[in-house]
Amino acid sequence: MLNIKNLHVSLEEEDKQILRGVDLEVHAGKVHAIMGPNGSGKSTLSYVLSGRDGYEVTEGSATLEGADILDMEPEERAAAGLFLAFQYPVEIPGVGNMTFLRTAVNAQRKARGEDEVSAADFLKQIRAKAKDLKIDADMLKRAVNVGFSGGEKKRNEILQMAMLEPKMCILDETDSGLDVDAMKLVADGVNALRDAGRGFLVITHYQRLLDHIKPDVVHIMADGKIVKTGGPELALEVENNGYADILAEVA
Amino acid sequence: MALPQAKLDATEARLAALPVPDGAAWAKAAREDALARLRAMGLPGRRDEYWRFTNPADLILPEAPEAAVFISTDYGPLYDVIDRVKLVFVDGVFDAEASDDPVAAGLEISRLAEASATDIHWAKDLYGTLEARGQVPVQRPLAALNTATATDGVLIRATGKAEKPVSLVYLHRNTTSDATLHHVIRVEEGAELTVLENGPAAARFNKCMEVDVADGGAFHHIRAQGRDHERRAVTHMFARVGKESTYKSFTLTANGVLTRNEQFIEITGDNSVVHVAGAALGDGDFHHDDTVFITHDAVDCESRQVFKKVLRNGATGVFQGKILVKPGAQKTDGYQISQALLLDEDSQFLAKPELEIYADDVACSHGSTSGAIDETALFYLRARGIPKSLAQDLLTLAFVAEAIDEIEDDAIAAEIMSRLEGWLQRHR
Repeated sequence: MLNIKNLHVSLEEEDKQILRGVDLEVHAGKVHAIMGPNGSGKSTLSYVLSGRDGYEVTEGSATLEGADILDMEPEERAAAGLFLAFQYPVEIPGVGNMTFLRTAVNAQRKARGEDEVSAADFLKQIRAKAKDLKIDADMLKRAVNVGFSGGEKKRNEILQMAMLEPKMCILDETDSGLDVDAMKLVADGVNALRDAGRGFLVITHYQRLLDHIKPDVVHIMADGKIVKTGGPELALEVENNGYADILAEVA
Repeated sequence: MALPQAKLDATEARLAALPVPDGAAWAKAAREDALARLRAMGLPGRRDEYWRFTNPADLILPEAPEAAVFISTDYGPLYDVIDRVKLVFVDGVFDAEASDDPVAAGLEISRLAEASATDIHWAKDLYGTLEARGQVPVQRPLAALNTATATDGVLIRATGKAEKPVSLVYLHRNTTSDATLHHVIRVEEGAELTVLENGPAAARFNKCMEVDVADGGAFHHIRAQGRDHERRAVTHMFARVGKESTYKSFTLTANGVLTRNEQFIEITGDNSVVHVAGAALGDGDFHHDDTVFITHDAVDCESRQVFKKVLRNGATGVFQGKILVKPGAQKTDGYQISQALLLDEDSQFLAKPELEIYADDVACSHGSTSGAIDETALFYLRARGIPKSLAQDLLTLAFVAEAIDEIEDDAIAAEIMSRLEGWLQRHR
């Protein structure tokens, strides 16, 4: 599904290297987690994959089902099936949540040569999916993320994911700012989307999210590289002993 | 103080190129008064403080600069879906054949050219009087010129809730037309009226509208200034708003090398509401100036000024907005916002917000900003699969939404919105 090879990335504005040769393969149907200390490059990886400005790929490649995504515009990556759940979802005053979602769904369909969804079908779908995530009609009507609480913003990200039905989902610290109940709601939303045809990359600091979204593979990232890969037990090791032991071990 | 010779010369040269209309005694007197006002002020020049951001040269030349007629083929006429009384002016001259019968319940409509020839008409005590009041404290000589020389226009009296809106359609056919129109509107006690305006009007257009809203009256005004690129226009709205009444005006301006829209509104009765809003879209050779002056001279009134401009490729936007709160105008709630979305580094926005307050129990706020498209929001939309141009349109529409929201009628707002969206699609 997602294949990252020897990815090197620098900041465009300053001569600073963030990723120093990331190798990672996520297969369809699997949930991979990336854990790592602050500044290890986890969020940068998510931004580079989704096409945010300000980063320069100096070496390596990233492909989604064989297609080179680094060459695509952000909207092309999305239409190809890549989805990033933002760590900090953006507030967009004046753009209604519903309008935004319908525009996005239809833009992706159009890019793939599919017919637009009728307004009635869209409404039916979004109502059902919003209900599962405990998103009320008012939240759908309001401007995108404006005045939403931290938990509401994250649930809104998952709603977008559910509506867009991407092939590859990247969740960037989706647990940050969530209380236990909100985290459970978000995790349930993600679990509902687990599917043999869909890959997940869950970026997180803490093990607790992984109690709810059970990963198949856990990677530890440090200093711009994947330094260790293992099963779910690796996340528990981090939880119990911190990163220091693992980093010392691989150093 | 004597006027500079250059100003006197320019004023006389302009007047020499205009016909002096004939009329009944009242009309003649009103025009002569206006002419005297104009001669005492002289036409505006670059050095006048009130014209610091907008060069009036093209507005005072004896001959109108040429303006190509823009033929739009992309959609049908504006407001066609609205049930209305349509009155058409071609290059500033009333076209009876293209117009509807000026008859509707709650309305009395007559043509200035005819009414001004009769000795008795309700407008005789109004024509030129609100304009004259609007000459203090800031001079508006182009409005006095209008009152003195206008031969056409409509006089509308709403005596009850008007059955349908009056729609003034301004067509432009002649590349050198120099049109002057003067409308007078009286909304009687408890009456309601909506006036729609649209179209480029002429190569050069000087329009004046005097609006007298009596107690308990409601006046709504929605205007779309035409898309002709080379047109020039100066327009004035002069209004007096009585107690417990409403005055709401919205203007959409797309294109035009020079547009100056002035509003001078006096709130003279308690518990009234005045909203003035506008959205301007300019690409390239575009200069758009909103100059607004709202006077609060009554208790417990609300006024809002909401102006949004979208500027690209060197377009210029100007906003001069003032709220004057007179002594005793307690509980005034005044709000003013002017914002520009600059889509590149060549465009500019010049804003001069002013508050002048002589009462102690008032809430007045104003704000003015100019900025680019929010890159973070743009990326967020694109990351969801929305192409860049469409994402930019969405953010631009969101930016002007606060001004569009001022239009109360949903069907009219939808018409305006469709024009806005069309413009954005053509100017990506």
